[in-house]
Amino acid sequence: MDKVLMKGNEAIAEAAIRANCRHFFGYPITPQTEISAYMAKRMSKVGGTFLQAESEVAAINMVYGAAGAGVRVMTSSSSPGISLKMEGLSYIAGADLPCVIVNIVRAGPGLGGIQPAQSDYFQAVKGGGHGDYRMIVIAPSSIQETVDCTIDAFDLADKYRMPVMLMGDGMLGQMMEPVSFPEVKTDHLPKKDWATTGTKMKRKANIINSLYIHPEELEEVILKREEKYNTIYETEVKYHTEGLENADVVLVAYGTTARIAKAAIALAKQNGIKAGLIRPITLWPFPTDIIAKTAPNVKCMISVEMSTGQMVEDIRLAVNGVCPVHFYGRTGGAVPTPTAIFEQIRRYA
Amino acid sequence: MMETIFERPKALADVPFHYCPGCTHGIVHRLIAEVIDELGIEGDTIGVAPVGCAVFAYNYFNCDMQEAAHGRAPAVATGIKRANPENIIFTYQGDGDLAAIGTAETVHAATRSENITIIFLNNAIYGMTGGQMAPTSLVGQVTQTTPYGRKVEMQGYPIRMSEMLATLEGSSFIKRCSVDSIKNINDTRASIKKAFQCQIDKKGFSMVEVLSTCPTNWGLSPAESMDWLRDNMMPYYPLGVYKDVTGGDR
Ligand SMILES: Cc1ncc(C[n+]2csc(CCOP(=O)(O)OP(=O)(O)O)c2C)c(N)n1
Ligand code: SF4
Repeated sequence: MDKVLMKGNEAIAEAAIRANCRHFFGYPITPQTEISAYMAKRMSKVGGTFLQAESEVAAINMVYGAAGAGVRVMTSSSSPGISLKMEGLSYIAGADLPCVIVNIVRAGPGLGGIQPAQSDYFQAVKGGGHGDYRMIVIAPSSIQETVDCTIDAFDLADKYRMPVMLMGDGMLGQMMEPVSFPEVKTDHLPKKDWATTGTKMKRKANIINSLYIHPEELEEVILKREEKYNTIYETEVKYHTEGLENADVVLVAYGTTARIAKAAIALAKQNGIKAGLIRPITLWPFPTDIIAKTAPNVKCMISVEMSTGQMVEDIRLAVNGVCPVHFYGRTGGAVPTPTAIFEQIRRYA
Repeated sequence: MMETIFERPKALADVPFHYCPGCTHGIVHRLIAEVIDELGIEGDTIGVAPVGCAVFAYNYFNCDMQEAAHGRAPAVATGIKRANPENIIFTYQGDGDLAAIGTAETVHAATRSENITIIFLNNAIYGMTGGQMAPTSLVGQVTQTTPYGRKVEMQGYPIRMSEMLATLEGSSFIKRCSVDSIKNINDTRASIKKAFQCQIDKKGFSMVEVLSTCPTNWGLSPAESMDWLRDNMMPYYPLGVYKDVTGGDR
């Protein structure tokens, strides 16, 4: 397959189109604007719809409508915009609608800054919107992986009828790497016979809704969805590991930070310290098992993040006190250096 | 043999409405269903229900329906329409939904000339949440959150949505109607039909505003409510066509 050199943001957009996404609703925000720009250029050429909405609130509700009407649909934004989408996301989860949301995370809180960050971890994996719901959250760490994960995201959304978030950061969005686009097949996915496409007077009305007035009825719907979430936790966890055998110190890092962690692990090796890496690809479902299995064999784990420590809480839950779990992070748009991470490895080895 | 002279429109579901006695939501539902029947579009129509007293509208029509978040119906309708442009999409919204929390979605759907139809129920109050001030509550109107009457120094002026949307280049058919009399009910039906026809002909954004009553939260009987609507709402919200460019090409 031919490789092309592409920016992360453009690769996401192209992968979505290859995945037969023909509807995109967005609102400009740095550092993800290239996704919209690419969609604006390409969608009209492939018979699709690109619409710049009046706000992220409107964009996510357009996604709700289009997803309910049965088409593959995507929106993208960055942190402040994602906050605005949280209401819509909760409704999308509550109405069991498939769609893909891209968050090219920037530093917060508030207007924060436009530099890369991972400080939206809590918002993405712990809810963000109101109510008992989950969202599959995928965090690629190379441009090729971004392409593959974008395609997976649409499949997972359709398979489970739920929102899937692709989470990157400004670094990943701007970086260029050679990528190839795999063949996309969708015939294994369930038919969308629940979509509002018009009854044609041939079937009962389809209703897209998240309102259930009677507590028992709502509880039943939520518990059924919970079963689906449990299946996802059992079958859809994705991660990558490196050098776990004989490692004294294991770093846990995702996305851009995982790339830097690898450089730190190489530095450790040069200095005779055995360090390994667990790189979650799905942040929800979180790779709890591999972390729990690794914990008894190591001196400690270090969560490396571009935040003040968010994923570290999930690592501690997985480790359950079996080994110490330390945290090292930079925040506000600052990016950890390999040397700084290596210093942490040396400190705890 | 007996002749049927009055029956339930086919597009209206055979379920009891939850509306209060004397509420005009039910009348407007019926008019929409009659129009859907007359135009023969039930199989292609998708309705969008609001958050407000009409929240259960998704159970009251036999066509496909989506329930939108509070105020977001025009955005949801946009998504549905862009996904399947051949479908006929209508939203059904109250004044809080359309003219407060969802003003941006309403204005921008109109300015994009989104080819959808909005049925806008203006009852000058928040019905569902128990009678708070709406953006359309009249000056001096007593509500739960304006216990001494709406004061312009505090709450400003009631918003006239039809007039405002008519100024937008993108709106195609905007009309304000009322359901306080047989004559006006018939005119409302004809106007809803015209709005749907505007969409069928791909002429762009259409909205019918319907002056309505909320006897429960106005604290009046259904008959007194009709008088209050005529005496207080109609002078501030004059009936009529505010925009009609459906004759030209769009
Ligand atoms: C985001 C959000 N804010 C507030 C509410 C509470 N709420 C429900 S209905 C409503 C007002 C509805 O009034 P209107 O649109 O005028 O419709 P009516 O009930 O009068 O028909 C409000 C504020 C909500 N459901 N969601
Ligand atoms: S509260 Fe008012 S608007 Fe709501 S159903 Fe009752 S009368 Fe109608």
